[in-house]
Amino acid sequence: MAIDEFEAQERIQEYYEEPYHRGRCPHCTHTHEDNNPLCGDVIRLELQIDERGTLKEVYFNGDGCCISQAAASMLVEKFDGALVEDVKRFTAQDMLELFGLRLTPNRQKCCLLSWRVLQTAIYSPVQSNGSLPILPATKEAAR
Amino acid sequence: MRTPCAAPPLDPERFRPDFPILGRMVHEGVPLVYLDNAATSQRPRQVIEAMTDAYERHYANVHRGIHTLSAEIDELYEGAREKVRAFINAPRDASNDDNPATTQEVIFTSGATHSINLVARSWGDANVRPGDEILVTEMEHHSNLVPWYQLAQRTGAVVRHIPLTDDGLLQLDSLDRLLTKRTRLVAVSAVSNVLGTINPVREIIRRAHDAGAVVLVDAAQSAPHQPTDVQAMDCDFLAFSGHKMLGPSGVGVLYGKRDLLEAMPPFMGGGGMISEVTLEGFRPLYLPGKFEAGTPPIVPAVALSAAIDYLGAVGLEAIAAHERLLTQRTHEVLESVGGLRIIGPAPEHKAGIVSFVFASGRPSGHDVAQFLDRYGIAVRTGHHCTMPLHKRFGVSATVRASFYLYNTLAEVDKLGEALAAAKRAPFSAFLSAARSE
Repeated sequence: MAIDEFEAQERIQEYYEEPYHRGRCPHCTHTHEDNNPLCGDVIRLELQIDERGTLKEVYFNGDGCCISQAAASMLVEKFDGALVEDVKRFTAQDMLELFGLRLTPNRQKCCLLSWRVLQTAIYSPVQSNGSLPILPATKEAAR
Repeated sequence: MRTPCAAPPLDPERFRPDFPILGRMVHEGVPLVYLDNAATSQRPRQVIEAMTDAYERHYANVHRGIHTLSAEIDELYEGAREKVRAFINAPRDASNDDNPATTQEVIFTSGATHSINLVARSWGDANVRPGDEILVTEMEHHSNLVPWYQLAQRTGAVVRHIPLTDDGLLQLDSLDRLLTKRTRLVAVSAVSNVLGTINPVREIIRRAHDAGAVVLVDAAQSAPHQPTDVQAMDCDFLAFSGHKMLGPSGVGVLYGKRDLLEAMPPFMGGGGMISEVTLEGFRPLYLPGKFEAGTPPIVPAVALSAAIDYLGAVGLEAIAAHERLLTQRTHEVLESVGGLRIIGPAPEHKAGIVSFVFASGRPSGHDVAQFLDRYGIAVRTGHHCTMPLHKRFGVSATVRASFYLYNTLAEVDKLGEALAAAKRAPFSAFLSAARSE
């Protein structure tokens, strides 16, 4: 294994075992959650975006494989304090490069889960009850 | 007097040579250990050959023509229906020139999902009113939940759920409270696709009927693995898929009681389900054609018939007994690995399905499944289309090993060895399993 790959692995392990900003965002204004239907990995992002479009705080929470969780942790660190515009410019390819290890196509989905959630979260102001929109099971629940 | 005895033990090695795919290697010389049968089973040569034979010698559209091939394929297709009828012990009717089906109660669909949606749309829209209740369980597959949620959205009905015990059994005492005079339909799986729980469907059906409700049984995980008798069960509807029982994908079955099916409007409109079409409207065909609009899954149905022959030759009682052995051994092996939490009841309540997680949450289900793949072991990870069930047990994903007649005790032991290795493995082992070369 090349030295840089070894370093990439060590770095991923650090993010997995000592994640950056894993938890709840105290003054959350935007949030989104999604899962990878293939394997059940779940990532929720909570952001505080101010009127100038700065991501003042970014937190994640989730459950799943080492790749999905470590990638979310890296992403959160990168965009803590960044601008919404920076998020919009950050492509899937950029995310895979940030992760730093070449992944099989199936596992790229794990790496990209938090990226996908972030791209949606910036457009998803929190609902008044803090819950995510879900198609109701009954007409009563829809009201 | 003969005393009843257990079915003779089944020797999977006798059947394995019939399944070409079981002989393949994965990852350069690692033999395949296929433990993903609840997702889909593999097929024996006999089923593959039945498909090839139908395509190479008899293929035409069904119920459409008078040429030789057309007559031959009709016979094969209706022969498959008769095979399914006997497989689930539905009543037999006399066929005639006008209607060649030997039963009006077996409808070919594209799979269990299609079958359930057919009932929800056709029976549901015609019979369910605002405030009516549909009773399901917390362990249902999304295919036996979402069609009922959609029906509730359309009609203003309410969906209620039979809760589970912490062991993964249905809380049957809740039926006293949940079965009311507003309950129109109960939809329940015979076997859970995650917990493996064998549900007491006969008792549920009896109590539901006492309350005046109709019952649909999702038999996707039971029909392939244990005998099915719709008359003894007295279910109103029963749904299952061909691809989980050695057959091809693309074919499934809906059984329904004749009086219910006769009263139901057609689900999909098109060719094949029509008696007469005028500029003013249409008159649907008699059963079962009424519910088979368009060209049906002809060859898949013919191959399903070959799968039923195969299962019949092995014996469903013997298959069930063999899978009980495998489940029992899996519980023992997982216990000896240690640190694993099995989601579901004790083996005596289970079919051949065992779902588990590492109790500490690490390695995650996905990491475990990828690691097992390096050992050639195919398992499923994720929520297995049962998100409410996973929420109930406080996990986002589980690893599921599920068995069939060709699985061996040695394969279960291999699973145990690989899990023990996963437990000891350093972090880098999980990353390298995900790396692309």
